[in-house]
Amino acid sequence: MSVILDVQRLEKNFDGVRALADFSCSVQDGEILGLIGPNGAGKTTFFNIVSGFLAPESGEITFKGNGITRIPPHRITNLGISRTFQNLRLVRQISVLDNVLLFFQQQPGEKLRNVFFNWRLSQERENENRKKASSLLEEVGLAQKADNPAEELSYGQQKLLSLVCCLAAKSEVLLLDEPVAGIAPEMTERILETIRGLPAKSKTVILIEHNLNAVMQICDRVIFMDAGAKVSEGTPKEVRNDPRVIEAYIN
Amino acid sequence: MKAPETMEYLLHILILIGIYTILSVSLNLIAGYTGLLSIAHATFYGVGAYVVAIMALKLHSPFLVNIICAVLLSSLLGALVGIPSLRIRDDYFVIATFAFQVITFSILNNWVSFTGGPMGLPGIPQPTILGLEISSNIGFLALVGIMCALTLWVSSRIVRSPFGRVLKAIREDEVFAQAAGKNIASYKVLVFVIGAGMAAVAGVMYAHYISFIDPTSFTVMESIFIISIVIIGGAGSLWGPVTGAVVLVLLPELLRFVGLPSSVAANLRQIIYGGLLVAFMMWRPKGLLGEYAFHTGEGPE
Repeated sequence: MSVILDVQRLEKNFDGVRALADFSCSVQDGEILGLIGPNGAGKTTFFNIVSGFLAPESGEITFKGNGITRIPPHRITNLGISRTFQNLRLVRQISVLDNVLLFFQQQPGEKLRNVFFNWRLSQERENENRKKASSLLEEVGLAQKADNPAEELSYGQQKLLSLVCCLAAKSEVLLLDEPVAGIAPEMTERILETIRGLPAKSKTVILIEHNLNAVMQICDRVIFMDAGAKVSEGTPKEVRNDPRVIEAYIN
Repeated sequence: MKAPETMEYLLHILILIGIYTILSVSLNLIAGYTGLLSIAHATFYGVGAYVVAIMALKLHSPFLVNIICAVLLSSLLGALVGIPSLRIRDDYFVIATFAFQVITFSILNNWVSFTGGPMGLPGIPQPTILGLEISSNIGFLALVGIMCALTLWVSSRIVRSPFGRVLKAIREDEVFAQAAGKNIASYKVLVFVIGAGMAAVAGVMYAHYISFIDPTSFTVMESIFIISIVIIGGAGSLWGPVTGAVVLVLLPELLRFVGLPSSVAANLRQIIYGGLLVAFMMWRPKGLLGEYAFHTGEGPE
């Protein structure tokens, strides 16, 4: 296995509050890495920086050997890293299928030139994408909801949908921010099952999750963060038994 | 009214509906589909009218050349208005477009040697297209109708395409659109370029049809009127603005038949528009046919 994403010495402050303090980690190709820690530990800030929504004060991020620090968010997705959001972002008014379609990269129909002068090409690709999107929805059991507006999905289904969106983007690295928080047990199982299947599709996953059982179940490796810094790192078992982690959770 | 006069009157109304359809359909792309509420639309309308008028009066250049220049210049200005939308949003963006609108009006009003200032530009000749002079109202209606159809076709192509899907995503959630890998900056500027170009076509029609233009036709009130058409007709739907244009152009005409003195009717017009807008915002924010309600109260975040 090789390192797909390498993060060196990230530093980020918000009005004097240290959100990330000299945070480094490297992510292996095809692993599922869990980020845990109390609220305000800097986990989401880390996602925001890697996905390009925030710029760090210092530090370097390397994806497949290329520097991607301070690249705008849409470029990060183009390059192959996509994310979901803790507070669930989707276009609620358009259909479930359209949400997925939005995530395909390099669509000819997104160029005005093709919309007016090569409508056929954009339609052909659109139809191909539709098929791909439908089969992605099929795989996770959302196919019968494909034509409903996204807002009609249950909360759990919406989380599942945002995961499918990352797959449509063909991302190699998926940053999942609380994929199963606040979701009914059966749906949690379904989402975890989907995530567990990702390495087999040569995807790498970093996930933030407060549901420790879920993290322990599916992660190959876990990083425990507190106050913007890495406190403990290792297999789920090692981290769970780390006295510093136990102490932090008791406090 | 005698029969021929009635006919001319009807044609006049239809031409006005056509011009406002072009204006509202183009603003709908910007405001209804992309969610960028702009009150600078009369600027593009005015630029189209002035460019074509000045070229026709001073250069005597052919109509097709004039209209192309009008559209290009207006599109360029559209890009300029679109650029602030990359940094500022919602209410602040509305204010930025308002500023732009005020600047344009001042230029039209004060650059007397070029625009005629408050005196306007009289005597704009009738257009000749490929040797065919458009001199009758029927001819004008046909021309406006063709332009309307073209505008609607462009608009429907865009909104049915993946490009249009991205516009809607930007309207609903910019962060999400970026996360989906879309360069929202270029989409916003492009939609302004297209919308402004279309509005210029409406200006060209107006200038040639009325044959006289002055700055008072392109004030912020006009921009607000165009927005009213979009909102009342239904933002974010293809036919909403068309419906809005029909309703809002016909409504004041109906007042004529009630028999009010014209001074009262003119004031009543403004009151009715205002009242309608408030009523729609309160009870039917999505307009007659719309899909999208502008954010009232708290913003998206």
